[in-house]
Amino acid sequence: MSDTPRALRQPLSLRLGSAGFLAFWCLIAAFPIFWIGVMSFKAPVDAFASNPLDVIFGPATRDGGDGLSLLDIVIGLAFLFFSIRYAMTWLPKMVAQHSPGGQMIAGWIIAAVGYAVAFVIGFFVILPFVLGLLNPILGPLGNPIVGLTTQHYEAVWVENQFYNNFTNSLIVTVGVVTVSLTVGTLAGYGLARSGSNLAFWILIIALVFRALPHSVLVAGYLPVFVNSAEILRPFLGDAAPTLYGQPWAVIAVLVSINQPFTIWMLRSFFQNIPNELDEAARVDGCTHFQAFRWVIMPVMWPGVITTGLFSFLLAYNDFLVTSLLLDQSNQTMVPAIAGYFNRETTTTDQVEAVAAAVSITAPLFLLVMIFQRQIVSGLTAGAVKG
Amino acid sequence: MKFKTFAAFVGPSLFLMFLFIAAPLVSVFIGSFQLTQPVLEQVEEETCTPGFVTQTCTTTMVTRPILDEFGEIQTTTEWVGWTNYTRVLDPEATWAAISNWDWNALMQVDFWAALRFTLMFTLVTLPLVIGVGLAIALAVNNAAKSIKGPIIFVSLLPFIITPVIGALSIRWLFIGDGILTSALEAWLDQDIAMFAQAWTIELMMLFYRVWHVAPFAFVIFYAGLQTVNQDTLESAIIDGASRWDRLRFVVVPHLMPLIVFIALIHLMDTYRVFEEIVGFTSQAHVISLQWLTYDFLQPDDAGNRAFGRASASAMLTMVGIVFLLIPLLRRTWRDHHGGSH
Repeated sequence: MSDTPRALRQPLSLRLGSAGFLAFWCLIAAFPIFWIGVMSFKAPVDAFASNPLDVIFGPATRDGGDGLSLLDIVIGLAFLFFSIRYAMTWLPKMVAQHSPGGQMIAGWIIAAVGYAVAFVIGFFVILPFVLGLLNPILGPLGNPIVGLTTQHYEAVWVENQFYNNFTNSLIVTVGVVTVSLTVGTLAGYGLARSGSNLAFWILIIALVFRALPHSVLVAGYLPVFVNSAEILRPFLGDAAPTLYGQPWAVIAVLVSINQPFTIWMLRSFFQNIPNELDEAARVDGCTHFQAFRWVIMPVMWPGVITTGLFSFLLAYNDFLVTSLLLDQSNQTMVPAIAGYFNRETTTTDQVEAVAAAVSITAPLFLLVMIFQRQIVSGLTAGAVKG
Repeated sequence: MKFKTFAAFVGPSLFLMFLFIAAPLVSVFIGSFQLTQPVLEQVEEETCTPGFVTQTCTTTMVTRPILDEFGEIQTTTEWVGWTNYTRVLDPEATWAAISNWDWNALMQVDFWAALRFTLMFTLVTLPLVIGVGLAIALAVNNAAKSIKGPIIFVSLLPFIITPVIGALSIRWLFIGDGILTSALEAWLDQDIAMFAQAWTIELMMLFYRVWHVAPFAFVIFYAGLQTVNQDTLESAIIDGASRWDRLRFVVVPHLMPLIVFIALIHLMDTYRVFEEIVGFTSQAHVISLQWLTYDFLQPDDAGNRAFGRASASAMLTMVGIVFLLIPLLRRTWRDHHGGSH
């Protein structure tokens, strides 16, 4: 600190105030999410107790026979710590060693899935089994001190078949991300490389479209989608589909709603790729498409991944469009949770809703952990260029 | 780039936007003047109950929908002019309320209640989001390098969480005798029911929205702070500017384009406030414009959806967006023409 000029040095009070404010913000930012995580593992009496200590330690849950001993906690935390550390150090090395050149992405996907499966088996099958043997032997160390139960997760995922909603979410999200990136990348590149007036007006109209409330658009789709079989019958005959309740129709809708944002963002990324690159390719005799395929595509992935993350968030988090355009049988996760809290008659239902909410949040949590840098760069790219 | 190549690149995207954004707008506009109803017929129905000597028979007129050859209810679509708008806006009640200066009566009309909340929500959260975002950005910029990464990670959590679930997570802290409600009760020494009246729900919604969007503002301001010109800062110090002066006359003007950007995005996003209503289940007390349309689109007990009224309220919502965008579009128009000619 001694090399900073005296005038830039900060008084102690300012530094304390700034640090205190940050600590306060982090507490506020994380607390609600952390708290629903804690609640989801407790018996209803504990989860909605008015004393925070009861929620954390869960005496009623513990008396119900579900709890963790000191040993469980220590070994569980150690297991978590080492699996995260291995994922950071050992996994990248293995991927780099074993995946053939150019197949890094496939290698990573296989490695990540394999690692996740191994972790789930280790953490939820082997570890409880070993600890179940150890706990009775160790006496006081093995007595449960913190109540914890997974019954609500079992109720949500097994009894209420939440995996159906999960599959639907997966279909819609993957569909939206793939289609929206394919279409958006082409358009973003075209807009970035064309200085014409037309390109400018397309961007402005896209900005206006970006501002439209989604309910306005859905009010336009819904009558058409519900009656689409009749409307399309003259053209398609009896094969005319009812678009209402079709996941692929929802994918098309979400892709279109997301297009304005996608093309703005990708355009700003493509503008950062120097024009000379594709000009050189053009001089060598490439067409625009060949230049795009062989020169631009290899270098565009950081921008595409970032934009893909935001498409993912839009599709995954959407409530309005999916709840209106899909029916009960193929509902995605977020609208499905509304069913829980609308019928919340018992506190058990409420805690099940909490467990479902945590299940929906967990993938997002992982996403931020892995892609934090891309999310930040995406947010700033939109702002600084747009 | 030749026009043909440009069209080939941009074509698919334009096609999608045309089909799923522009075309629905037209169909909503037309639909807002139409009313689709089941075709009803009046049938004489005779019901007889066995009685002594003779049966007692009563005939009643029953209204029932006509079924078509597929066994589905036949519907007609009529051109009804402004009827849908009248039903949404309820001009009689509105006019009566306005002429009596009766605010509560005006708020009985759903549309005005929704409009009031949407505008209040938009205008109150805007300065809060910018202020909190800037404060976090300054504090993080001031913090030690080693803790910046974890702080950004924690800050991003409220931003990426599913909006409905974010709202729910706040609601679960307060619901019934949740920990925060009981903490408030202990502190203020009075009984509190957070979900019994509109203003407490609105407070929670405001808190939720600022919590959700401030990280976005923070990340953008933080990126902007990295490019503040150090020479200008140093000359400001030499000129004797205090810390506050430097913030006000050097840092904030540097960040001004970003502030405008965030304000713009925030206005667009907050104008379509919707998930809060679902998450806090507040429709009995507080509704928003988007929720109004959503509610019309939900099937009622008989399975009918009020498409006509939904389209009308959607068009009225659009009018608001147009007002919001006019200043922006005018500026862009002027910049473009000023720049290229």
